[in-house]
Amino acid sequence: MNENDKKAFETQLRTFVGRPIGPPMTGRDPVNEPMIRQWCDAMGETHPAYLDAKAAKGTIHGEIKAPPTMLQAWVMEGWEMHEGYDEPKNEQHRLHKFLADHGYTGVLGTNTEENYTRYLRLGEQVTAETVIAEISDEKATGRGIGYFITTRTSFVNEKGEDIGSMSFRVLRYKPPAEAASAGGGAGKDGKSAAVAAKPTRIKPPMGQDNAWWWEKVAKENVLPIQRCTGCGKLRHPPRPMCDACGSQKWDSIAASGRGTIHTFTVIHYPQFPGYDYPIVSIIVDLEEGERMASTLVECKPEQVAIGMPVELLIHTDEDGFKIPFFRPAK
Amino acid sequence: MTKTFKASELTIGQELPPLDLKITATLVAGGALASRDYTPVHHDRDAAVAQGLPDMFMNILTTQGLCSRYVTDWAGVDAVVTRVRTKLGGPNMPGDLLKLRGKVVAKSEKSVDVEVAGNNAWGNHVTATFTLALPA
Repeated sequence: MNENDKKAFETQLRTFVGRPIGPPMTGRDPVNEPMIRQWCDAMGETHPAYLDAKAAKGTIHGEIKAPPTMLQAWVMEGWEMHEGYDEPKNEQHRLHKFLADHGYTGVLGTNTEENYTRYLRLGEQVTAETVIAEISDEKATGRGIGYFITTRTSFVNEKGEDIGSMSFRVLRYKPPAEAASAGGGAGKDGKSAAVAAKPTRIKPPMGQDNAWWWEKVAKENVLPIQRCTGCGKLRHPPRPMCDACGSQKWDSIAASGRGTIHTFTVIHYPQFPGYDYPIVSIIVDLEEGERMASTLVECKPEQVAIGMPVELLIHTDEDGFKIPFFRPAK
Repeated sequence: MTKTFKASELTIGQELPPLDLKITATLVAGGALASRDYTPVHHDRDAAVAQGLPDMFMNILTTQGLCSRYVTDWAGVDAVVTRVRTKLGGPNMPGDLLKLRGKVVAKSEKSVDVEVAGNNAWGNHVTATFTLALPA
């Protein structure tokens, strides 16, 4: 887009702000027990106020009420949603199509906020009215450049009483070209899209000097410590030469697995996929005298202390990768 | 789930017991249909794969429903959810283990905010802050 086109595009984009997406939408069925029970089955809900009229009487709710987070479910279009649509059916669709036609083909829900004025009673008929409330300036995001679109929905019952509200924010973005070809976006025919791999722990670099160490962990379920066969000195992490006698000959022993925490830090952010947060990252003084970096598990971050005795545990990731961790000594 | 906490009994930073949920295709599809969300990517694996995803994935309402259950199971029957603010992250799919962790992040005389983090192998799936009205 040149500058004039961009201006025209922006101007047209702004005309969507403030528009209702269409006429108010009334749910097909009033608030009813079968739908509540089906919801509770799926969610594993056992809340008496949702399921048991007698028990509900003994609670603040007084009678059967719908779970609050079901609010939007009462006005969902249901079955027809599976068919999709070729032509936009409402202003929201038109806005999304307008952006998609200008290259903003990616879409991602980012935030919601729901306010529940009160829990709904059986028999109430829910109507929702949604307005396109805000369109942000063009933003650079991790996904690509795009616009955040916020819609606001107000919910009323058959008497027009306020029962709640919702705002919903989506990002409409231009997927970078490389992402599109790598399968980040949907192929038009739906067949060429590559399947994303599930993220796992970032694997340590393994070269000629240290691959043996990781292999021993994986095959023998031990924590190896390299030992100089010239003078017998232990060393960790693995390296080719002894710093005491200069020998390049070595073998290894299996550590007892006992040690104490020399120091530690707790990592909350940044959070990479494939790890459990927070991570208690520790430096362990091994019984054998060597010191190593590892992770402490089976221990709350606030319970970690310098000097704490720990014991070895060979952890296995979902993908089978093995790594020595520690836990508080039993 | 009998006793309900009073706001005065809770402290900021207090943690909820953890809950790990095994995500199955039945749960993803069952939650989607229970919320009347028939968008194909929430119940039809082929439709999700055609969009470049490895599998069908959980819809927002199911995620919120699970988080709501987690919070009110802990808080008690007389806790009333008045607001939920949700930050959406990565997908939640069959085979994932959704780890729900919660803590009290704000309180007043008659209400608390509980922040729930839902993480799986993809990273953060959801962070939802529930405002609960509680007995004083």
